[in-house]
Amino acid sequence: MSLKLTTRQVGDVTVVDSAGRITLGEGSSAFRDTIKGLVNQGQKKILVNLGEVTYIDSSGIGELVSGYTTVSNAGGKLKLLNLTKRVHDLLQITKLYTVFEVFDDEAKALASF
Amino acid sequence: MPNAESTPEILYDQQLESTLASVDASEEIAKSLASQLGYDEEETYHIGYAVREAVVNAVVHGNLYSADKRVRLLIERASPWLQVTVEDEGQGFEESRQADPLADENLLSQSGRGILIIRAFMDEVAIGRSASGGTRILMRKSLPPPA
Repeated sequence: MSLKLTTRQVGDVTVVDSAGRITLGEGSSAFRDTIKGLVNQGQKKILVNLGEVTYIDSSGIGELVSGYTTVSNAGGKLKLLNLTKRVHDLLQITKLYTVFEVFDDEAKALASF
Repeated sequence: MPNAESTPEILYDQQLESTLASVDASEEIAKSLASQLGYDEEETYHIGYAVREAVVNAVVHGNLYSADKRVRLLIERASPWLQVTVEDEGQGFEESRQADPLADENLLSQSGRGILIIRAFMDEVAIGRSASGGTRILMRKSLPPPA
């Protein structure tokens, strides 16, 4: 399954619902383009919902980091919601759990911005 | 001698094109063989993931997507191991020269995590040179106990 990205606005937070695989190629470039597009539109509060993401390779992890940096450099915040166990494990292995703010509850995530 | 190694049985040995299609195919082949060998779902995912990362490195960083260069994927049962070898025809890779992806100053790097994850998912990993001077990565995972 390729990556499907849908954005929705909840107050001043843009939620990016992601489903499928974020891997080198179309998946990672689609994710990058979406985040950059939101930043270019002036969105500074971005919540990436990974609940339906079944697989992220190291390139996809790199795109999460790149998105985080892009949003941070624009003065905004990018946070993560609903990690699967596999994505959670990857963030532990790569120590990125110390970088990202991660939430299991959307309401709490939205309130944290 | 519980760790005695028998003569490897070749399960798969192909020269692949340096394309992303080969990356996807390699992952699927590895997962299929792992499942047939009796690994559980999580172990099968780990093996497929490690093979995918190794072939990505070979295609992208080793062979630079060259249409003239191939990636060898060799999967063997070498009891007590499943053994996977990935070789490219690039310029070789010195792991010691790679930045530590876990160092605080590198946490926000966009790349450089593939080998780290491979080491986390497989039991033994060795990186060296292929006969052509490219990179050879050998990855092992303990075979599952007989059903």
